[in-house]
Amino acid sequence: MSGRPEVTMKGSEPTSTRLVVTLGFAGLLSGLIIVSIYEATLPTITAYKAKVLKEAVFKVLPGVSSMQRLTYRNGRMIAASGDEEEDDLVFGGYAADGQLVGYAVPNAGPGFQDTIRLLYGYLPQERKVVGMEILQSRETPGLGDKIYKDAAFVANFDELSIDPEIVTVKKGRKSAPNEVDAITGATISSKAVVQIINRGNQRWVPRFSGSETLPKPPPVGGQ
Amino acid sequence: MVRKKKEDVYQEFIKGLWRDNPVFVQVLGMCPMLAVTNSAVNALAMGGATFFVLVASSFLVSSLRSWIPKQVRISTYIIIIATFVTVTDFTLEALVPTIHKELGAFIPLIVANCMILGRQEAFASRNSVRLAVIDALGMASGFLFALFALGSVREILGEGALFGIPLFGPNYEPWVIMILPPGGFLTLGLLLLFFNWVKERKDRLAAQLAEGEAS
Repeated sequence: MSGRPEVTMKGSEPTSTRLVVTLGFAGLLSGLIIVSIYEATLPTITAYKAKVLKEAVFKVLPGVSSMQRLTYRNGRMIAASGDEEEDDLVFGGYAADGQLVGYAVPNAGPGFQDTIRLLYGYLPQERKVVGMEILQSRETPGLGDKIYKDAAFVANFDELSIDPEIVTVKKGRKSAPNEVDAITGATISSKAVVQIINRGNQRWVPRFSGSETLPKPPPVGGQ
Repeated sequence: MVRKKKEDVYQEFIKGLWRDNPVFVQVLGMCPMLAVTNSAVNALAMGGATFFVLVASSFLVSSLRSWIPKQVRISTYIIIIATFVTVTDFTLEALVPTIHKELGAFIPLIVANCMILGRQEAFASRNSVRLAVIDALGMASGFLFALFALGSVREILGEGALFGIPLFGPNYEPWVIMILPPGGFLTLGLLLLFFNWVKERKDRLAAQLAEGEAS
């Protein structure tokens, strides 16, 4: 690389106004371009996120043929009206005959590197977690990313009792139905996943069981 | 600056690819270099994103070089670079969401890639649009090549695969450290060693040839 540039002035120094105008104009133009590209790509990005979420719901709740967004209000689970916070939503999964099978609960929490967002399927009748899908994670490649790349770890969540709560044990020591085999070399990430599910359960399980009337199934085809 | 001849234009391109390779010779842009080269696909995507940003920024900086006052030139370059980076970021998220997810925070961080700002300051702001674009093409290709070299070596050793296709069968024990940060430093060190060795050998040969001609 060549050395420092020569900062020699040709003629007179530019006025401060000229400097401000140059930067202001550059900023304005840049802002316009960014807003346009944001507007142009937003529909595709939102559609993709919705698609990923929907696929994840069907994946963590086996045997479900339709789904709808649910929220908890006045002591029972009801269909979401659309103006709830992301945080207050779960997904109800329904069998072909319209019976509620279970709930898919999204939750997030701190991982080893960054926030982990996941979705897990829960069957209220059996008090069991029946599937887990990582939606977002920045865990270490090769170690922490096994929370979604290692099929054996993910399989831990295919049938997992939540009573009294889910615990991680050293790999290969799983003996009780509420235990999860941690990933060797990624204990923190494994514990983080379990922690996120436990927190989700603390919040939602009492609501599910307290809800006397089950939410009505969605119209055919789901959302 | 004196106008360059035809062969110089070619030299301008090839210098970034080999003689002044931004990674192997100038050792610039190490952050994305080490962070996202854990697989060949990630390396290519990162290289591609940087390629677009560098070429587009060089073009614009060179075209506007007589309008940008020297006092605010760095800020203006950063605004230009940041705009192209944001465009790339959203475009990648819309077109290839899975790769965008893998690259994560490193796409926005292209703004801070000193190779890009360096090219604007050292070259694009002092040369014609044509030369600036050729220089940017060369440098960007050199960066892409370096990223790919690192990414493929690390993926082959660390995962036993290339582009996600297993190479050594199920019995291969992946060399996990290669896809972790230390593996990046190791591979980079070895590649730098190799490039320096090649260069030294070439220089020695050239010296011998010159000696032979003289005698």
